[in-house]
Amino acid sequence: MIVAAAKPWEEIMASLHGMHKVLVVGCGGCVAVCLAGGEKEAGIMASTLRMQRKLQGEPVETEEITLTRQCDPEYVRELGKKLEGVDGILSLACGVGVQVIAEHYPNIWVAPALNTKFAGATLEHGSWEERCGLCGDCVLGQTGGICPIIRCAKSLLNGPCGGSQDGKCEVKPNECAWNLIYERMGRLGRLNQLLEVAEAKDWSQGRDGGPRRVVREDVKLDD
Amino acid sequence: MSNRDFAPKIVAFCCYYCAYSAADLAGSLRLQYPPTVRLIEQPCSGKIDIRLLLQAFEAGADGVYVAGCLEGDCHFLQGNIRAKKRVNAAKKILDKIGVGGERLEMFNLSGSMGPRFAAIATEMTERILRLGPSPLSTADKGEEGKAE
Repeated sequence: MIVAAAKPWEEIMASLHGMHKVLVVGCGGCVAVCLAGGEKEAGIMASTLRMQRKLQGEPVETEEITLTRQCDPEYVRELGKKLEGVDGILSLACGVGVQVIAEHYPNIWVAPALNTKFAGATLEHGSWEERCGLCGDCVLGQTGGICPIIRCAKSLLNGPCGGSQDGKCEVKPNECAWNLIYERMGRLGRLNQLLEVAEAKDWSQGRDGGPRRVVREDVKLDD
Repeated sequence: MSNRDFAPKIVAFCCYYCAYSAADLAGSLRLQYPPTVRLIEQPCSGKIDIRLLLQAFEAGADGVYVAGCLEGDCHFLQGNIRAKKRVNAAKKILDKIGVGGERLEMFNLSGSMGPRFAAIATEMTERILRLGPSPLSTADKGEEGKAE
């Protein structure tokens, strides 16, 4: 899932400065699962906003709605009927959701309430860690299901660097990804697979060339 | 408003298995406690979420407390521990926006602690009397004043 976390409160307040009616939009997708932008978080944020603005002598009216997902146009279109008199939208989605709203409603201000962090997994309730670098050319088939692109600080493709000590990375107190890969491949009897030298990765599939796009003609609706 | 005219509104979210029973017991024992406290029965203090706590303040409460079982005695094992974490998170929000986290508290007691229930109601009332009315209700009055 996309993991996100709330922006500093002062930044959110500043982005809604001078607005009298704000539509607070939660997202029922990834950010609801990582407890950053679902219905409950939207409610907390709206209530906090109303109270603070009241104390500042600049009361604000809020409306709340939580869409099934903010990254799909059919859900974002639901906002249309909520926008009357609204000065701005506070979106609790990831950066994708905020942009989809901005694209659909070009004449209304939309502010992000969250910082989008990474594509990650739940370690335990309340703790998430990055698991995918979205590189566009997956190498998990060569590395036993452990991603060296995102879990190795240097994104190395052919074994650990000299900074790997006792299975730990020198950059952060994380496990060395290549140590994890080595142990797993050993357990699976596939160490010989690691002797194959990985060639330079095709980073043209990565994120440095503008927005990437996937088009599936077989599922397009041409009506 | 002077402190003498101020009758605080305090909302107490009470776990059915402890504080709510303790309130019954306090009544049976004819214990006196301030009439400032409005009890809301909860199936467990773990039912509390931050939204509900903030909603109470928005709706005009001067103080709010959550009363759950003694730690280790929760009927649902960890509800009171989770409630404490949420109360602490809500306190931070209230501090941040200027309402004041002191107006919110978590208490632990058992169903047999009727006198403790009365003592908590008194303690919280005294605290809110000391702090005065919620700034949110004062802000309301300010707006009314402007309208006049």
